[in-house]
Amino acid sequence: MNIIDTEKIRLDFPTIAREIKPGIPLIYLDSTATSQKPSVVLDAMDVYYQQSNANIHRGIHTLAEESTAAYEEARHKVKRFIHAPSPKSIVFNRNTTEAINMVAHTWGRSNLKKGDVVILTEMEHHSNLVPWQILGAELDLRLEFIPVTEDGMLDLVEYHSLLELEPRLVAFSHMSNVLGTINPAKDIIESAHDAGAVTLVDGAQSVPHLPVNVSDLDADFLAFSGHKMCGPTGIGVLYGKTELLESMPPFLGGGDMIKRVELRSFVPNSIPHKFEAGTPAIAEAIGLGAAMDYLDGIGMEAIAANEHEIISYSMKRLEEIPGLRIFGPRPQYKGSVASFTLDDIHPHDVAQVLDSFGIAVRAGHHCAMPLHEKFNIPATTRASFYLYNTQAEADRLVDGLYHVKDLFG
Amino acid sequence: MDDLYRELIIDRYKNPIYRGELDPNDITFEDDNPLCGDHIRIDLRVDENDIVTEALFSGQGCAISLASADLLLETVQGKHLDDIKVLSKENILEMLGIDLGPVRLKCALLSLKVLKAGVYGLGEASDDLVE
Repeated sequence: MNIIDTEKIRLDFPTIAREIKPGIPLIYLDSTATSQKPSVVLDAMDVYYQQSNANIHRGIHTLAEESTAAYEEARHKVKRFIHAPSPKSIVFNRNTTEAINMVAHTWGRSNLKKGDVVILTEMEHHSNLVPWQILGAELDLRLEFIPVTEDGMLDLVEYHSLLELEPRLVAFSHMSNVLGTINPAKDIIESAHDAGAVTLVDGAQSVPHLPVNVSDLDADFLAFSGHKMCGPTGIGVLYGKTELLESMPPFLGGGDMIKRVELRSFVPNSIPHKFEAGTPAIAEAIGLGAAMDYLDGIGMEAIAANEHEIISYSMKRLEEIPGLRIFGPRPQYKGSVASFTLDDIHPHDVAQVLDSFGIAVRAGHHCAMPLHEKFNIPATTRASFYLYNTQAEADRLVDGLYHVKDLFG
Repeated sequence: MDDLYRELIIDRYKNPIYRGELDPNDITFEDDNPLCGDHIRIDLRVDENDIVTEALFSGQGCAISLASADLLLETVQGKHLDDIKVLSKENILEMLGIDLGPVRLKCALLSLKVLKAGVYGLGEASDDLVE
């Protein structure tokens, strides 16, 4: 019995039905980069633009009221989806990258000083690495990294040694976008708090694929993107504990983030508006709210359980291929991502040949160059699965890879 | 099978003719494609009249980038350096005989970028060289 009705779900996504060439249907295995969007999300944005479009907050007219209500309703949906205690702790921004940069810029600048220790991990993608490198160079911070083991897990023994350095911040990926590793976030956060550190969880991959409860995790910050979870591009979220957000200086200055402005000074608005300068991505926020409703309707537990089945099956099939090496842990420790090399065939060539069979995979370093250097490979091919993928598609991937081997072998 | 992997490209990828290093050389240059980790080095020997007498490439990359390097070096044997300076993206595409999207175009043009940066004696290879 299927955990979720994948065949029915597939009908919700217009792109899933398209053909790449006549007779060659799309097999979309690149959801880790961005997910496809169901019609309900596109419709929600369409309805907003066609019926209510107006700038939010301060407007008195009907459209402005409708737009404001819809935008703030989206914030409530996010609060419910990640089990946040208050909508005040939900800041809308562009994506995970912007959310992390915002924390570095505001919390980081006002709380960190020369010599302070920031702990990251070796499996971070560039968006949870470069902002801290920039701030580190500016403030002369000491960046330390939890090592990744050969089997693609975080070395938690080493993490506990690093905590003796009394870090001010521990920022880590909840789920690796390359290895798929699901890190024990709750334990990492608890230990960090015991050591007196603030925690930032990069939820770019976990929030779309797993039930995530910020209250249970006790995370101080959680960053994620809408477009990887059936929502549109251009909308992301920073969750922050209200007392932290209240203590932080503003990020961008402009309209909406102020309470009062004089020629030479301003009084910032209350949270979360303090961090939302200028007209935000209103339609996109509404689209994200619709995406969360959609995922909730299916159930994140069921989505995660289904993905576990499909990645277990896919890894078993992939590992039957001679010369194929998958990076990362066994299926019980990971999400539905398989990054692999095939003999010494360049991932670009693998991806290009698969594309001719309609199979969309990603080739490259997946914005995690240091991790690839760690495993001493320039690039991998990555197949990733979401709620609309089937085991039959995994079989097609395997067939395609045998064709690649024939061509380049 | 895919048009991109014409027999010529697969053949030159699997059995390159101009793969290797020249030591000593008169001109050497190397560069990466940061998008995919491809790396190509080109070594040239040039006579007193600025004519290329030998040209070899080394490095790693996908079939498109390596086949493109091999075919490119075939065309530069016996050429004057001034004639190399005017080689363009169109020459490479004509040589490969395929159409390429923006991502794979970078693979195909890496060797030309490296070659021209070396011939011009530049410190850094710029995309402008192959525009």
